[in-house]
Amino acid sequence: MSDPKKEWPLWEVFVRAKNGLSHKHVGSVHAADDRMAIEAARDTYTRRMEGVSLWVVPSAAIVASDPAEAGPLFEPAEDKVYRHPTFYVVPDNVKHI
Amino acid sequence: MYTTELQNQAGKPKAQVASTEDPALLEAFEARVAADEFIEPKDWMPEAYRRTLVRQISQHAHSEIVGMLPEGNWISRAPTLRRKAVLLAKVQDEGGHGLYLYAAAETLGTSRDEMVEALHSGKAKYSTIFNYPTLTWADIGAIGWLVDGAAIMNQVPLQRTSYGPYARAMVRVCKEESFHQRQGYEIMMAMASGTPEQKRMAQDALNRWWWPSLMMFGPPDENSPNTAQSMRWRIKRDTNDELRQKFVDVTVPQAEAIGLTVPDPDLKWNEAKGGHDFGEIDWEEFYAVVRGEGPVAKERMKARIDAWNDGAWVREAALAHAAKRNARAAA
Repeated sequence: MSDPKKEWPLWEVFVRAKNGLSHKHVGSVHAADDRMAIEAARDTYTRRMEGVSLWVVPSAAIVASDPAEAGPLFEPAEDKVYRHPTFYVVPDNVKHI
Repeated sequence: MYTTELQNQAGKPKAQVASTEDPALLEAFEARVAADEFIEPKDWMPEAYRRTLVRQISQHAHSEIVGMLPEGNWISRAPTLRRKAVLLAKVQDEGGHGLYLYAAAETLGTSRDEMVEALHSGKAKYSTIFNYPTLTWADIGAIGWLVDGAAIMNQVPLQRTSYGPYARAMVRVCKEESFHQRQGYEIMMAMASGTPEQKRMAQDALNRWWWPSLMMFGPPDENSPNTAQSMRWRIKRDTNDELRQKFVDVTVPQAEAIGLTVPDPDLKWNEAKGGHDFGEIDWEEFYAVVRGEGPVAKERMKARIDAWNDGAWVREAALAHAAKRNARAAA
């Protein structure tokens, strides 16, 4: 009965809540083409004024980092506290710095 | 949570669950879950965890979709334009909830078509509540108030379930669901304070929906074989009986407030436990409905299968149209 080739492709949906904010991932939809993906995303994810703009991206086009590489990728940042302003001590009587 | 911790200490030996899996990976996974971390789609997870989630999330999705049917039955007969607009919005929300959940289940490697096929073949279950008919307009009130109320009780803790996509879907669902319960209660309130006939209809709806609503929380804890493992993996956060008790305790005063009577002669406040005692649930009926013997089970499945089959040409035409457009763009 079901043929995987006949299933509509999957799209990832991103919504901009309002101008000035970036688009944020909210979920996914199945749609035959880009136009239908926008319409399905509109019906599925913006029924309550959640946004003013939509992006849809074919899920297959997303390249993700491998969770197994999370250590090598992200842990080096952990011991570099000197990248944050709070690392530096400034005398109390010095202002605006 | 207290109960969860108890379950952890009394948990089964870990190896029993997944003896073929890498013990180091399994241990790391168990530790992450125990520390209330979220598991994301590409993370390693035990096969049984994946299977349990696919079963639970797809069943949840099917319930949302099948749940559109009993209420859809009344859209064209809603008593006012306002009620009609509200009911349309609610039924549309249920469709949306089904879609959020199917998408969450798909991140676990199952396909939408596989899930739909499992529903249609009877392999996958959905909430027993939707196999009861909606006989009068008051049933729409009772469904919103009781059925959505019970669903919220179940879903609020699931916002912290350990699988990230499921938890995020639940956050959206819960945000949208509270209007569902309120609109139902408002219908009941209007009818309960209406003519004697209207009040009788409201009471009749409460009488018919009360026990099936209590059954929505699933079998009692001692007969719920999956509960312990699901709690240990933080897929479930409360047991069936805990949630059922909570539902009874919040709902009884709501019925009293609008002059309706909960149809349970054994219902009484128990000061010592700080909750209500309530009568025995007819579990024979529950299991019969699970087996597909609910009053309108066949009708529900027929409606879903017909919708799927009747829509086949649309799905194919849309794909053919997309292929033609792509070919033109490429030329």
